[in-house]
Amino acid sequence: MITDTDQNIEKKEMVINMGPQHPSTHGVLRLELVLNGEVITNVKPFIGYLHRCFEKYAEEVKDYSKVIPYTDRMDYVSAMNQEHGYVLGMERMLEIEVPERVEYIRVIVAELQRIASHLLGIGAFGLDLGAFTPFLYCFTEREKILDIFEKTSGARLLYNYMAVGGLMRDVHKDFKTETADFVKTFRPKIKELNDLLSYNQIFIDRTAKIGVLPEKVALNYAASGPVLRGSGVKWDLRKDDPYSIYDRFDFDIPVGSGEVGTLGDCWDRYIVRVREMEQSLRIIEQALDGMPDEGDVMEAIPKRIRPNEGELYVRTETPRGELGYYIVSDKSANPFRVKARAPSFVHLSMLPAISNGALIADMVAIVGSIDIVLGEVDR
Amino acid sequence: MKSTEEILEILVQQFGEEHFTLGGGDIGEQWITISSALLADAAKFLRDDERTQLDFLMCLSGVHYPKEEELGVTYHTHSTVLRHKLTFKVRVPESKPNIPSLESVWKTADWHEREAYDMFGMTFDNHPNHTRILCPEDWEGHPLRKDYVQQDFYQGITTRE
Amino acid sequence: MNTIVNITSLPSILLHAAIPLTIILVYALVAIWGERKIAGFIQDRLGPMRVGGFHGWAQSIADLLKLIQKEDIIPTDASRFLFKFAPFMMFAASYAAFAVIPFSSSYIGSNINIGVFYLLAVTSILTLSIIMAGWASNNKWSLLGGMRSAAQMVSYEVPTIATVLTVIVVSGSLNLMTVTEMQSGNDILGFIPNWFIFQNPFLIVAFIIFFISILAESHRVPFDLPESESELVAGYQTEYSGMRWAMFMLAEYADMLLLSLLGAVLFFGGWNSPFGEFLSGPFWSFFWFMLKGLLLVFVMMWIRWTLPRYRVDQLMHICWSILIPLSFINLVLVALWELIF
Repeated sequence: MITDTDQNIEKKEMVINMGPQHPSTHGVLRLELVLNGEVITNVKPFIGYLHRCFEKYAEEVKDYSKVIPYTDRMDYVSAMNQEHGYVLGMERMLEIEVPERVEYIRVIVAELQRIASHLLGIGAFGLDLGAFTPFLYCFTEREKILDIFEKTSGARLLYNYMAVGGLMRDVHKDFKTETADFVKTFRPKIKELNDLLSYNQIFIDRTAKIGVLPEKVALNYAASGPVLRGSGVKWDLRKDDPYSIYDRFDFDIPVGSGEVGTLGDCWDRYIVRVREMEQSLRIIEQALDGMPDEGDVMEAIPKRIRPNEGELYVRTETPRGELGYYIVSDKSANPFRVKARAPSFVHLSMLPAISNGALIADMVAIVGSIDIVLGEVDR
Repeated sequence: MKSTEEILEILVQQFGEEHFTLGGGDIGEQWITISSALLADAAKFLRDDERTQLDFLMCLSGVHYPKEEELGVTYHTHSTVLRHKLTFKVRVPESKPNIPSLESVWKTADWHEREAYDMFGMTFDNHPNHTRILCPEDWEGHPLRKDYVQQDFYQGITTRE
Repeated sequence: MNTIVNITSLPSILLHAAIPLTIILVYALVAIWGERKIAGFIQDRLGPMRVGGFHGWAQSIADLLKLIQKEDIIPTDASRFLFKFAPFMMFAASYAAFAVIPFSSSYIGSNINIGVFYLLAVTSILTLSIIMAGWASNNKWSLLGGMRSAAQMVSYEVPTIATVLTVIVVSGSLNLMTVTEMQSGNDILGFIPNWFIFQNPFLIVAFIIFFISILAESHRVPFDLPESESELVAGYQTEYSGMRWAMFMLAEYADMLLLSLLGAVLFFGGWNSPFGEFLSGPFWSFFWFMLKGLLLVFVMMWIRWTLPRYRVDQLMHICWSILIPLSFINLVLVALWELIF
C-alpha cells in the first residue's frame, strides 16, 4: 500500500477474484488477481473446489478394478485416456499379455478421445477470446465421436470401457466403418477451423506473444503434452516412452515454432493441438488397417486382481500431457496407494510464472491455452 | 540410459554409502531411499550432474506407512536428455516429519509438496508457501493418512450424509 | 418537400413521441429473435424453434414476459438511486436521439437544423449511464466494464464525428432531413442513385471508418469490451436482472438501430428509394429506410458471430493510431475533392 501524502489519497492495488464462478475459468477455479488498472501484477490460483478424494477412494474401494470408474471422473473430457493409463499400469503389475485386438481398439478409442478433447479445448479457447462460432463447429464434430463411443461403450462421457486385461465389451459391428467415415469427413474440417480461427488476424493478435513459456521454465515446471511441445520441445510419450502399441504407428510430433509470435506463446500451444488432431487421424487410419477382425476382448481379464508387493509409476500421454499413476501394492485386494499425477495440476501451478504483466483479457487467453480440466486438477 | 543401480553408484561415489539404500518389491520398479538430511543436496546433484541430468520431476507422492509409523515421499524423475528414469524415496518418522523442500530444484515440486502436506501432514522445510491446497485451510486432519478419521462437522455443516 | 407535420399541441407531441417508441419496441423484439436465428444459421444450428410455432417467432415475447416476472435484485451495497436510474437513462438517451431521424419522407420527430449535432450530443449520455451502472453496482467487474466503456466510447466518438463531418462537408447541412433530400434522384451515369457513398470515392473510406466506429460505439464484437462475457462476466450489467437488465438490452439494440439508421441517412440516401421515383412515397420511403438500417444491423450481427474480440489496448491502438489519423486525412481529401469537382 502506497500512501500519497500530498493529497491524502489512499492508493491501493485492486484485488479481484476471478472465479470460482466465472465464465472462463473452465470449471471452479479461483484466481486472485492483483491489478494495477487492468495489468496483472500478481496472480494466485486457488484450487480444491472439485476435490472428490479420488486417491482415498482408490485405497478403500477393496478392488483394483473398481478404481477405473473413478479415473473417468478425473479428466472428464478425456475419460478413455485416463482409463488407458490405469489399466496399463495394472497390466504391467500383473504381467498380463493383452490380446492384439484389444490393443488396437484401445489405441483407436484413445486417439478418438484425444481429438474430442482437443476439439473441446480449442473451441473453449476460442470462446474465451469471444469467438462463439468455432466453439459450436468443434462441438458438432465432437458429437460424432461421442456417438461412436456411445454405441461402443453405452456412455457418452464417462465410459468405464477399459478393463484390466481387456475391454468391458467388444466394439459394435459398424465401429470400423463409422470410424473410417469420421476420419474422412473430419480432415477437411481441420482446414476449415484453421481458416476460421487459427489464422484469423484478431485471434493471432490476441494470442501471439502472450503467456510466453520458455523451454527451460517448462521443463523445470515439468510441463508436458501440448504445453511443453508448444515451447518447442519435441517430447511425446507415445514416441519417447512408447506404451501399448504406439511404436507400430508412423506419426509426427508437432511442436511450436513461434510462427506468428514468440516461441511458447498461447498461439503455439493452440496450434500444436490443432496439428495433433491430424496426427491422431493418421494413427487411427493405421490402427483401423491393422486391427484384427476376430478375437475375444475379454479373454485376458483376470478373475481376481491381487498383485504382489511392489510399486510402479506408469505414464501415458493424454490430451493434456503426461498422466502418471503411482500405484503401490501391498498384496491385499485394494491398492495401498494410488497417486494420479495430473498434467493440468502441474500446468496450473506455473500460471503465476507466465502471466505477470498480462492484462485481464490475456489471463483468460493463458488459462484457455493451457487447457485445464478442473476435475483433474482437484481429483 | 542408466539403470537405478548405476545411478546409485554415482550417488555413493559422491556422498558416501551410508545415506542410500536400494529398494524394490517383488514386482515393479526399483528405488533408492535417501536419508532426509541429504535429500536437498542429492536432488540438486542428480539434476545438475552430467551423468544423471534428471531435469524433469514427473511426480511427487506422499505415502503413509502405518506399520512403521513413518511418512514418506516418493519422487519420480526422468531425464529428457539421457532418457533414463529414477525413483527415489525419503522416509521420516511421524513424530518429526520434516523433509527438505525441493521447490528450488524443481519448481513443479511447489504444488506437489503442498498437496502432500495437505494429504499427509509432513512438513517441507524452506517451502515458500507451505499451505493446504486441496482442502480448506481450517480442515482438520490429513485425509490420506491410513488412520484418518473424518471430522463430523465443518463450520457447522455435517460432513456425513 | 414540405410535408413535415407541425407539432404544437400536447396530444400531438405524445403521438409523435410514440411513433419512434413503437418502432424501437417492435424492432427490438424482431431483432432479438432475428439475432438468435442468424446466430443459429451461422453456427449450423436452428436457433429458437418452439415458442409460438413457426420458427419460434414468439421467443422474444416469451423472454420479455419472463424478464418482467423476475425478482428485482439490488445488491446490498449498491448505490441504490444510481443503480435503479442507470438503465432508464441509457434507454432514454438512445430513444431521445431518434427524434431527429427522418423515418420517412413525411415524418421526422423534430425537424431541427442541428440534427446531427443533437444526435451526437445525446448519444454521449450513453457513456455516462454505463459508467453510472458500473460504479453503482459496487462490483469490481462492473467497475472495470464501466471504465472500459468510458475509454472506448470517448475514443471512438472522435472518428465517428470526424466521418460524420466529412458528410457534412459534402452536404453543407446539419439537418438530417435536408441531408436525405439532397440524395434524391438517380443522376450518376443515369441510373445510380445520388447517395453520398456513390458521389465521392473518399466517402467510401469514410463509411468504412464510420462503420467500424459505430461497432465500437454500440459495443458489438469485435469491440464488445464493456460487457465482454468471458472476461468481465457481464461487465457493467453483471449485477442487473429482470426488467432493468432488459432495459439495457433494449437500449443496446436501440443504439444499434440508431447508429445504423444514421449510417443509412449519411451514406445511403436515407429514405430515398434506390429506383428513383419508383416505389417512393411516405410508406415506401419508410420501408427503404428501415431496410437500409436493418441491413447494416444484420452486418453487425454477422460480424458478431464470426470474429473474436479485441483486447482493450489493441482497441485503443486501432482508434488512436489508425482510425483517427485516417479519418482526418480523409476529411481533408473529401474537402479537396468537393473543391475541385
